[in-house]
Amino acid sequence: MLAFTLRRLVVAFSVALTVSVIAFVLLHLSGDLATSIAGAEASPAQVAEVRHQYGLDRPLTVQYLDWLWRALHLDFGNSFYFRDSVVSLIATRMPVTLTLGAISLAISLIIAVPLGVLAAVFRGTIIDRLALTFCVLGQAIPTFCLGLGLIIIFAVNLRWLPVSGTAGWQNYVLPSVALGWYAVPAVMRLSRNGMLEVLSADYIRTARAKGLSPAAVVLKHALRNAIIPVVALAAVQFGFMLGGSIVVEAVFSMHGVGHLAWEAIARNDFPVVQAVVLILAAIYITLTFLADVINALLDPRMRVA
Amino acid sequence: MTDMAPTTAPTTAPSAETALDLPPPRRSPALALLRRGLRHGGLVAGGVILLLIVGLALAAPLVAPHDPYAQELSRRMVPPIWQAKGNWDYLLGTDKLGRDYLSRLLYGARISLLIGAVTVLISGVIGTTLGVCAGYFGGRVDAVLSYIVTTRLALPVVLVALASAALVGSSLQGVIIVLGLLLWDRFAVVTRSATQQIAGSDYIAAAKAIGCSTPRLILTEVLPNILNPLIVVATLEMAHAILLEAALSFLGLGVQPPLPSWGLMIAEGKQYMFFSPWVIAIPATALVFLVLAINLVGDGLRDVTAPENRN
Amino acid sequence: MALLEVRDLVIDIPTEAGVLHAVSGISFAVERGETLAIVGESGSGKSLTSLALMNLLPKRAQRRAARISFDGIDLQTISAGGMRKLRGNRMAMIFQEPMTSLNPAYTIGNQLMEALTCHRKVSQREARDRAVHLLEKVGITAADRRLSQYPHQLSGGLRQRVMIAMALMCGPDLIIADEPTTALDVTIQAQILHLLADLQKEFGMAVILITHDLGVVARVADTVGVMYAGRLVETGAARAVFKHPRHPYTRGLLDCIPVPGRTVPGMPLGAIRGQVPNLIGKLEGCAFRNRCDFAAPECAGAIPLAHPEPGHDVRCVRLPELEASA
Repeated sequence: MLAFTLRRLVVAFSVALTVSVIAFVLLHLSGDLATSIAGAEASPAQVAEVRHQYGLDRPLTVQYLDWLWRALHLDFGNSFYFRDSVVSLIATRMPVTLTLGAISLAISLIIAVPLGVLAAVFRGTIIDRLALTFCVLGQAIPTFCLGLGLIIIFAVNLRWLPVSGTAGWQNYVLPSVALGWYAVPAVMRLSRNGMLEVLSADYIRTARAKGLSPAAVVLKHALRNAIIPVVALAAVQFGFMLGGSIVVEAVFSMHGVGHLAWEAIARNDFPVVQAVVLILAAIYITLTFLADVINALLDPRMRVA
Repeated sequence: MTDMAPTTAPTTAPSAETALDLPPPRRSPALALLRRGLRHGGLVAGGVILLLIVGLALAAPLVAPHDPYAQELSRRMVPPIWQAKGNWDYLLGTDKLGRDYLSRLLYGARISLLIGAVTVLISGVIGTTLGVCAGYFGGRVDAVLSYIVTTRLALPVVLVALASAALVGSSLQGVIIVLGLLLWDRFAVVTRSATQQIAGSDYIAAAKAIGCSTPRLILTEVLPNILNPLIVVATLEMAHAILLEAALSFLGLGVQPPLPSWGLMIAEGKQYMFFSPWVIAIPATALVFLVLAINLVGDGLRDVTAPENRN
Repeated sequence: MALLEVRDLVIDIPTEAGVLHAVSGISFAVERGETLAIVGESGSGKSLTSLALMNLLPKRAQRRAARISFDGIDLQTISAGGMRKLRGNRMAMIFQEPMTSLNPAYTIGNQLMEALTCHRKVSQREARDRAVHLLEKVGITAADRRLSQYPHQLSGGLRQRVMIAMALMCGPDLIIADEPTTALDVTIQAQILHLLADLQKEFGMAVILITHDLGVVARVADTVGVMYAGRLVETGAARAVFKHPRHPYTRGLLDCIPVPGRTVPGMPLGAIRGQVPNLIGKLEGCAFRNRCDFAAPECAGAIPLAHPEPGHDVRCVRLPELEASA
């Protein structure tokens, strides 16, 4: 277990390092940084001054290491556009995105896992067919279309919920449904397939041969084994949701990290963009690492591996 | 104690002495596949819708009633025909610049399909190369690939796609290149595991034993045998690419105006959606149908070709 | 009255190519305390027969019979709940694959105790004591410590012992053992068989032993039923069948294995030519006739049961000619 955890940790760190290189490259591909910092009207002398002042005339590797060192201390410099430190920009926006992601994940799990389990237990029946149809339909609806549709129905026509903003909990309902929807098909399919596989396992036959009730067979013996891959997927999906929240935040005008990144990209404000990329990737890497460890804890076979 | 009661007497006399030796009825594999495919409701439905959309997209210059770019400022925001102020000249109405919505929709299908197809071609080549190499060679090569895939998955795809599209310049080609370079992960994962299964099989060992070169082995033995899962991933990834393009264009960093991308049409219609929801409902419906059709075809192909369904 | 009585059991499995007649009309009975061995090649329907008795057949398999009764209870009309009360409690089952038949997510103790607590109102303490007692009975040392172990920490032989202990938890009247030793090493196989035989004597249970291994049968069975292509072709007392096999298929089977005293040293073992018939579609007459050296035109007709001696039944129309040639 310890060796397994350490191995995963090493992978997680090296992936994070690679992502940091990509983020750094992204920043430097966005144009001449000195010009961006000095501003469009600056004279060549001023640009050269800025270049020297910010250390942009040093070799790229030195700049990278310096940048990485400061990034590790959560210092991503200042935004070109917002004229504020990148970290404080992200810190004020992050709660919105995290809340949105957490609610979305909860919604998708609450819908998808029971649906997948039911579909597997009642395989081939109308329940299974309905669940699969729902799944295929769900996958075909783009997040932003769903978001706009929800606004038209629930905010404009029925007036049940607000159109946009982040004022209260009501503001999170429609965006969370729109964002969580995207993960439902994947989670449902995985729970269904996992459950189907487990239900045909020999130990399920043993459990039935013991005379356990169908409920005990499904809930005790099948679910626990079927749910193991779902934990990993849930972590992955949460990462995807944070990344995908950019679309939902744009549709619902929620000022989260996604919205921030969108504005920053549109304004060529790449210090912000690379920081968001790096932070979201770091969150994803941490989550998948934790998911692997939790998986190992849930599955006794993996503890010795 | 044991007693074997007589079974029911045969109702008909056995016809031939060799009845026991009759082999099970055989059909040609391709024919059996086709039969199964035609019996698969989802595959047939998806296939029909997809063929319809592809046909309309190809025939857009012939069937489109108007020039999709021609603006008619005196006829802006004409509602579609089923609404009170509809106009037979513009079946699906016109947009804020007075361009015929139906014509834009038809030409938009070309953009979605083009992006889907070319993206899948690029990402398919990248992902399959990586996956086959990892699955075939295993060991270090495999470790490197799984590392690359993990890294790729760690990148928030929408965000990176948006940023890269902004860097290479938002355009049709830009979107295709960015998506092609980003969406290869599932290809790699699926071809890797499919190749692993084949690489361990006896016929590969046999081919190696008679001295086949590795590239030849991969081309003649591995690739044909992973074609089925590859096609399935390709369809599903095509849908994925189309959805992402729509999202990028919706966010203003994908295909640029005046091209009639469906995502762009939705973005352009967003300001009118409170009073004229059809402005976004029409391209959104088209998008959903296209993605639905492709997904149905992909799922159907998987059901039909999956080995566990062969008995 | 027999403990278990089965008459005209039929198991059909619908497939794309037609109905597969996995088991076509077999009948047998098991007395209390008796061991019945059902012998046959893979695909002869013997495992499905055992699952059918427990009502654990795969969903698409269809079971029909003139009668299936356990201790006077009609298993065909019993409710699902009633069947559950019998399963694991009065009739228990041991499966072929000890490696996969235990749930990897729960400890041995948990799975053992559950077999008792789902049928009896007993405390955790009592269930635990019973589990320890039975683990010791099946020859597992340090039983107390094993309870907190997970299946993956045990070898195949140990797991099969755990499976046997699990089957014994409620003190069943009948144990159905479906190829309990097939997946194990040869040395372990013998141990497990002896264990089963000893336990049977000690607890006085009836055992149905499903196997393809005639050597196993010779050692432990009171009665033998030989299955071929979904039919019982010969049944009788184990000693009678081994000493004087009547059906050509049984003879062929016995010729395939070395038996001390029967097999002549230095002589090649026999083999049965041909292949098991395809069971899809209607199959008339004797299913073995395409592989049989004594086949005649009448073998394609109805095959009535022959009784060459009391308690010995053979389904072969060529019996007189066979006896003459022997």
